[in-house]
Amino acid sequence: MRARTHGATVGGVMRGGWVSYTLVGLVTLVSVFPLYYTIVMASHTNAEMASGTPPVLPTLSIVDNVKKALDLAPLNQGLINSLIVSGAITVGTVTLCTLAGFAFAKLRFRGSAVLLAICVATMMVPLQMGVIPLYMMMARLGLAGHLQAVILPSLCTAFGVFFMRQYIAGAVPDELIEAAYMDGAGPFRVLVSIVVPAARPAMAVLAMLTFLTAWNDFFWPIIVLSTQNPTVQVSFQSLATGYAPQQSIIMAGTLYGTVPVLVVFALLGRQIVGGIMQGAVKG
Amino acid sequence: MTAVQQPAVAVSRPGPVSGSRSRLPGRRIAYAYILPFFLVFAAFSIYPWLATAWESLHDTRLSTYDQSNWIGLENYRNLLTNHFFWNAFRNTITIGIISTVPQLCMALGIAHLLNYRLRGRTFFRVALLMPYATSLAAATVIFAELFDPKLGLVNWSLHTLHVPAVDWQGSTWPSQIAVSTVVTWRWTGYNALIYLAGMQAISGDLYEAAAMDGASRWSQFRHVTLPGLRPTILFTIVVSTIGAAQLFGEPLLYHNGLPDGGTQNQYQTLGLLMYQQGWTNDRLGLASATAWTMFLIIVLAVGVNLLLARRRELRDHGRRRHASTVAGVPEVTTR
Repeated sequence: MRARTHGATVGGVMRGGWVSYTLVGLVTLVSVFPLYYTIVMASHTNAEMASGTPPVLPTLSIVDNVKKALDLAPLNQGLINSLIVSGAITVGTVTLCTLAGFAFAKLRFRGSAVLLAICVATMMVPLQMGVIPLYMMMARLGLAGHLQAVILPSLCTAFGVFFMRQYIAGAVPDELIEAAYMDGAGPFRVLVSIVVPAARPAMAVLAMLTFLTAWNDFFWPIIVLSTQNPTVQVSFQSLATGYAPQQSIIMAGTLYGTVPVLVVFALLGRQIVGGIMQGAVKG
Repeated sequence: MTAVQQPAVAVSRPGPVSGSRSRLPGRRIAYAYILPFFLVFAAFSIYPWLATAWESLHDTRLSTYDQSNWIGLENYRNLLTNHFFWNAFRNTITIGIISTVPQLCMALGIAHLLNYRLRGRTFFRVALLMPYATSLAAATVIFAELFDPKLGLVNWSLHTLHVPAVDWQGSTWPSQIAVSTVVTWRWTGYNALIYLAGMQAISGDLYEAAAMDGASRWSQFRHVTLPGLRPTILFTIVVSTIGAAQLFGEPLLYHNGLPDGGTQNQYQTLGLLMYQQGWTNDRLGLASATAWTMFLIIVLAVGVNLLLARRRELRDHGRRRHASTVAGVPEVTTR
């Protein structure tokens, strides 16, 4: 199959032939079509969708349906809450992981190897392992139903620490740090004026990935939050379970809650793609 | 945050930097830097993991979580003799296979295509990642409509192809395929990019050498790309296995947010069962036992994967050495 994709070899990288373009185009279509069709579904009634030939183009009634969806589910509150939660988690994760990553990469201290090994080993332990005590803890602290309950456990990740460590270890030469020490700078000064500027690209990547993950997180928020004070993902549930006589309203609400992050994603797409690929090689 | 501020000045200052210059100062300050991370980690990850084991030996209820009775292994006995558990166990495995195996194979093929020099490749990459940027909640709600037996586009397409309508909600296999489709749709592009990153790390010289020896595209893919990609493939398999074992949101929202996984529990997964036990049936102890069992299953599944990969690597290594002497295909050492 792939042997038939004609093309010329240029410096080891093969130029794609028409077969490659067709296949990649097809895959792209499959990736994007459900999102497009959501717009179509959001603007047509059940009767129209059930007709012999389903519609393929959206109509303006989508505006009306979004309004109805907003009456049905607290989507606006969800969007604001998601912004708060994801923003706080991103700031926390980037700060704490840069600090710890710097320490693991450039400071010698007793137990650093063991602590880093613990960190890496636990990257794979699933979140579900801990949700029950975590929920009980939040209930005892009186935080169940509050946004802090979502923010606190996600304030840093083992992956983030490892990612920052790998980057800082490679991006900041030891000589530079030593020179700074010779000039009388302390570790904190070194961190602020040498490490952070050098690690900025990795921090940006970590920030984008963390924000996206936090924004799309579903499992823990649905457990600890209620539909009275939801993130946007949790508020989708009141669309799905609520009394929505028309699928168009469910679709309009879903679209309304999804479009903001998709727009941001489309704008930052190149950087996010680069970040994921970079993380793959480092991880 | 507070831990970071002033000790920087107070603690460090390691005196005259005599002796080994390679040793950077900041022994004690380092602990201040990793402390915030480990505090959060200990409080919200390590403690809950251990406490889950403790709760699984108790009859813990949501309503009275302050006093819970020690019941030993009763929860585990209860679980292993419960047909809901075994049903969820089977479903987790079948959905796991349907959602990961085709996904990773397709991702590999797509990565191979993206590795060609293509015009507008940034556009393609971003477009392929759109499903990943779509939340699982939104994606599931969307696919639930697409798979709707009466209104959905899927059954309409089948109808135009003269295939009888499929009950994507009520029947076991179709509903599991539908749930798996959401997973596959969201993650294929992401994994393709991971593979692409791995492919780009493979030296172009290897391909040129192989082409020089007259290796076809297909045999280049098999003998250069695949071996070079092996660590990456293993990584994605492990991550996908862990993800599949925990599957929760997709089957929950596919049945309108009900934790039963369909009226006949036809697509109830272990994650969903745990949620139902804990938060619907008020049996947190039992749910903890399920969580620990899930963890053991994950450890087992990942272990089996690693073992198979190791064996395969050893076997392939021998075979390739043999093949390279026969067919003249250059040998590629796996890392």
